[in-house]
Amino acid sequence: MGYPNDRRYTKDHEWLVLKGDVATVGITDYAQHELGDVVFVELPKTGAQVAAGKSFGTVESVKAVSEIYAPASGEVVEVNAGLHDTPEKINTDPHGDAWLIRIKMSNPADANSLMDAAAYEAYISEKAKEAAH
Amino acid sequence: MHRRLGAKMVNFGGWDMPVEYPKSGGLVAEHKAVRGRVGVFDVSHMGDIRIHTNLNASGALATVQHLGMNDASKLAVGQAHYSAMLYPQGTFVDDVIVHRLGEDDYLFVINAGTREKDINWVRQNTAGFDSAVEDLSDAYTQLAIQGPKAVDVLQKLTDANLAAIKNYWFTHGMVCGLRNTLIARTGYTGEDGFEIYVPSDVATSEMVWNKVLEAGQEYGIAPCGLGARNTLRLESKMALYGHEISDTINVWEAGLDRYCKMEKGDFIGRAALERAKAAGLTRTLVGLEMLDRGIARDEYCCCDEAGTKIGMVTSGSPSPTLGKNIALAYVPPARSAIGTVIYVEIRGQKYRAQVVPTPFYKRPKK
Repeated sequence: MGYPNDRRYTKDHEWLVLKGDVATVGITDYAQHELGDVVFVELPKTGAQVAAGKSFGTVESVKAVSEIYAPASGEVVEVNAGLHDTPEKINTDPHGDAWLIRIKMSNPADANSLMDAAAYEAYISEKAKEAAH
Repeated sequence: MHRRLGAKMVNFGGWDMPVEYPKSGGLVAEHKAVRGRVGVFDVSHMGDIRIHTNLNASGALATVQHLGMNDASKLAVGQAHYSAMLYPQGTFVDDVIVHRLGEDDYLFVINAGTREKDINWVRQNTAGFDSAVEDLSDAYTQLAIQGPKAVDVLQKLTDANLAAIKNYWFTHGMVCGLRNTLIARTGYTGEDGFEIYVPSDVATSEMVWNKVLEAGQEYGIAPCGLGARNTLRLESKMALYGHEISDTINVWEAGLDRYCKMEKGDFIGRAALERAKAAGLTRTLVGLEMLDRGIARDEYCCCDEAGTKIGMVTSGSPSPTLGKNIALAYVPPARSAIGTVIYVEIRGQKYRAQVVPTPFYKRPKK
């Protein structure tokens, strides 16, 4: 799966797409692949405040629990409620339908400090090399 | 070898082991392949200790009886059983599969993480016995071929008549051109299947692994990792060292009574177990099924309605076969009855679970 150019990426493998001051947030294909079969997601409620770099929820696969870190600070304005019943969508469409939350960013310019697709791809290929020794 | 198959690796007991094979479809697909068809696991990290006779014709049996809690005198040549080595406190050094190879010749198959400890334990505690102890762990690669079609796959590769091998028996035969290969009808998945022991050099191990995959292709075989091995054994309530059994948990607590033969004579741990039995249990292993939406994981706390800690989860996971979230946990005996509601603390919140019968999964009788 390719990494779309319309968004920014974090070292913790989240992505965000900015529209106005609202960022749609999800986890990357790399992250879902590392987790394996996703069976459960726990997300904050609309209105909750999230802080960049801090955990805002969890994704669980059969074998592991993984925290999800907010790529930006702000207020949660929408939650992808459908994932409650179909968490496996995170495996099949992590960059699309399986977005997690929408955040009204306190400072939209912060998105520029995150990696673009090319930088993120370079970052994960470096990680893959480490894993293979 | 496994990386070439695209496996995700993890360090386990000092070994780089495959967790899952994305090309098989991942953990759940591997798990289902074993329940429905067949899967193959590289379990070469398991250790092997041979105890055989020195001079005295029954020296090895006496040694095995001293080390293990099960009664090895009941084993016929070609038969194996589940047993455990215990500390004098009645807690676990490790669980083992004991194979009686010959008249006075036994093979212990032990865990990877406890290998050094086990071999030292065996050597220390057999010094006065008339038997020879050999660590064969580095000599063998163990492959497990598991699932209802395992017999069909392996039969294509061996001249041994597999149909004649009963559950927990073994034989020696030609496998993939390798003479005198130990073929045991054992496993750690709750399915029918075999474990074979082949020379550990890379070329031989790879050759056998590839031939098994090739022979299994028509049956939809999946290479399987430690992830599926764990969910399969959990559904079947098979203990994992460091989880359900450890150096602080005794045989009665773990519910392994039927593999512990108090009447066979003395063995290490027996006296403590007698005292423990008289004193009664303070905790016991139960199966849990989550009632609320949450997944109990290893080492999560169990509590009562008021939030007071009453026990601990030893293994917990979604069950691919049952589609439920299951766990094994130690709780006080008063809370162990089927149907009892227990709470599991997950990220600071209480989730309801219920005590259910175990094993969670039992393979259909033929």
